Amino acid sequence: MSAILHEATPPAAAPAVAQKLTEIIVVTSGKGGVGKTTTSGSLACGLARRGKKVAVIDFDIGLRNLDLIMGCERRVVYDFVNVIQGDCTLKQALIRDKRIDSLHILAASQTRDKDALTSDGVKRVLDELIAEGFDYILCDSPAGIERGAHLAMYYADRAIVVVNPEVSSVRDSDRILGLLASKTQRAEQDNGRVKEHLLLTRYNPRRVTLGEMMSVNDVKEILGIDVIGVIPESQDVLSASNSGTPVILNQDSDVARAYDDAVSRLLGGDLELRFINEPKKGLFTRIFRG
Amino acid sequence: MSRLLGLFRRRPPTASLAKERLRIIVAQERNNRGGPDYLPLLRGELLEVVRKYVQIDIDQIEINLERADGHEILELSVSLPQKHAA
Repeated sequence: MSAILHEATPPAAAPAVAQKLTEIIVVTSGKGGVGKTTTSGSLACGLARRGKKVAVIDFDIGLRNLDLIMGCERRVVYDFVNVIQGDCTLKQALIRDKRIDSLHILAASQTRDKDALTSDGVKRVLDELIAEGFDYILCDSPAGIERGAHLAMYYADRAIVVVNPEVSSVRDSDRILGLLASKTQRAEQDNGRVKEHLLLTRYNPRRVTLGEMMSVNDVKEILGIDVIGVIPESQDVLSASNSGTPVILNQDSDVARAYDDAVSRLLGGDLELRFINEPKKGLFTRIFRG
Repeated sequence: MSRLLGLFRRRPPTASLAKERLRIIVAQERNNRGGPDYLPLLRGELLEVVRKYVQIDIDQIEINLERADGHEILELSVSLPQKHAA
């Protein structure tokens, strides 16, 4: 109950600057395995489901994975690097999602070396997507702070920093925040900050109550940025990736609800955080599920 | 039997410890952020020099780089142990 999101703008008052209609969002973290790709896939789905035209790009050259999470791995013909190197057009490489028409996936290259990703090349692709009238471009960053991660964040307007409530993840995220504030186009051109949001994943309210895990407010206090979502730890995430269905599409899952809330907040909604308190156990669950 | 007992044993609450450690290290790293890459090296070498005379730990050397308009101030602070050598 204590954590309320401070997102002041209601959806209606959003488009004050109408020149650039496309918003570029990087999903980043520094540390690997915290849920960047899961988050990219679900947010992209959630935005597209609300009628937005969305492209989600896998920047993890050599370690393509977004296609698996989205369930389109067998439909990858051309990839990001193919487009950059002129082997194909962007249209040929974009994979249209089978479930949601307005959702498009650009897969990472699996074989070529990381130097294939160039700053100019990335810019060209982004510019073309902007010209095509995409509302949102989500850049799924690789772990680390190397080239791929740098380029994923470089042109971003906003950043979603995915964090596990755990020391190494929080520290790495702070490092990423430092890079967002200095090594992005916005920072270099003095064109305002990249807007940073915190998204906590693998949150276990029970362990927080027991004092075994840092709380949302702890992490928020350390990093000093807005919370855009808290995703509870759940088996549903693995099931979703097993089946190639972004977890946000699982109607029975709290994870899906939490991601959908994050989508609402991205669009300017002011929602209270859910799933951050331990559910009160009924007698039945207490007896049968411990 | 010990496994059974283990089920009931509570793990010690370590979240506050995590938070406190993070608060310190994050503050320290933010302080050095944007500074030149040689700062950690400088800190290490400084430690070696000081240690020729007084035994101190690395965390007793603080390096801050402050930016004022037009110039930078490199602030070095070495805290020595309480005991007087004399």
